[in-house]
Amino acid sequence: MISVKNLHKYFGKLEVLKGVDAQIAEKEVVVVIGPSGSGKSTFLRCLNKLEEATSGEIIIDGIPLNDNATNINMIRREVGMVFQRFNLFPHKTALKNIELAPIKVRGQGRQEAEQKARELLRKVGLEDKADVYPDQLSGGQQQRVAIARALAMHPKIMLFDEPTSALDPEMVGEVLTVMKNLAREGMTMVVVTHEMGFAREVGDRVLFMDEGIIVEEGSPEEIFSNPKNPRTQSFLSKIL
Amino acid sequence: MNWQLSISSIPDLLQGAILTIELTAVAVSSGTIIGLLMAMCRLSKRKFLSVPSAVYVDFFRGTPLLVQLLLIGYGAPQVLNFQAPDNWFYIASIIALALNSGAYITEIFRAGIQSIDRGQSEAARSLGMSQTQSMLYVILPQAVKRVIPPLGNEFIAMLKDSSLVSVLAIQELLLSGKIIVGRTYQPFPVYIMVALIYLVMTFIISRFVNYTERRFAKNDIR
Repeated sequence: MISVKNLHKYFGKLEVLKGVDAQIAEKEVVVVIGPSGSGKSTFLRCLNKLEEATSGEIIIDGIPLNDNATNINMIRREVGMVFQRFNLFPHKTALKNIELAPIKVRGQGRQEAEQKARELLRKVGLEDKADVYPDQLSGGQQQRVAIARALAMHPKIMLFDEPTSALDPEMVGEVLTVMKNLAREGMTMVVVTHEMGFAREVGDRVLFMDEGIIVEEGSPEEIFSNPKNPRTQSFLSKIL
Repeated sequence: MNWQLSISSIPDLLQGAILTIELTAVAVSSGTIIGLLMAMCRLSKRKFLSVPSAVYVDFFRGTPLLVQLLLIGYGAPQVLNFQAPDNWFYIASIIALALNSGAYITEIFRAGIQSIDRGQSEAARSLGMSQTQSMLYVILPQAVKRVIPPLGNEFIAMLKDSSLVSVLAIQELLLSGKIIVGRTYQPFPVYIMVALIYLVMTFIISRFVNYTERRFAKNDIR
């Protein structure tokens, strides 16, 4: 579903990604962990070209990202993204946030889009918040609306960029629950997170990144119980 | 002090004030359209759009409006070699005022658009929206709210600066006053009335701007 080969990314002279290779299969839930500054968010953002790769190859669902013939907007329709800071549209209600892209990008009719948006709000447990503006929602609620907004495009892949890092501790659970359900339904997911409990419980595979490369990867069991690389060991010993 | 003259000059001055308002309204509304388009060009990655826009803004902000009025009013017919129609000075005044306020409004819109968090366009783009869709449905509606107060200031500034078109013999508020002074040789009573009329107009506009600002801030218009 996602194939990354020898991905390099520079910000000016700073090399943030130093040759990342990864294969992610359909319905797989891959959790990316690592210290801050390790390049994990940049890696994720390269997958829908919010950051442009300096060199290397990224293929999403058979389509190469860095090919000039590729219309990036067509790929982004299929790749949902959830941000650390939610990025809901503050001038639109929860319902309108969700409807906007299906109507404008997919050309869905208003009624159909509204009905689907309400279904999605129910799915994330916020059916009563349809007409509420983002600034009246808690962080956890905003993030759940943001997930619903991404799902409204019926993406084949969902990217999560530290979705719980900006939340108060008591709100982390409600967002993780939504993500767990999504994983159970068979969504292909790439999740950058510091939630090791989530990684252990939901992840099919864990990638540990440090200093711009994937240092170690394996099942959550292997990574958390028996890390082989000293850098993985040192990172896990600090946070677990 | 001849208050009698102040009072008796009011009808003529109000006649001129109406023209002042007309010039300002046309200039600022065309300036808003120009400014919006130019701000888009200015923010474009394409050099053939952003460079001309930057030159336009630099020129019209960097030269006096008085010079711009003379350049367009007298210079344009000469250099473009066309027979100026009878109302040419009126047209030239509007062109100069619109281009001048357009330059300031370009900067207002540019700042407004750039003040919107980058996460907003990233969210829009990640949903598959094109750059234009993201601008239209996500960025601009938020930017417009922030642009209202500086646009109000621009309107007030333009209302006062429009007095410069008197050099092109447009009989707006200031020139109406000058004409009365020329007839009566009584500058103070007339010019003080001219000043008061400007003051009343700018005062009303600034209250109106405050009111719209508060309504937007209260979030009942999104």
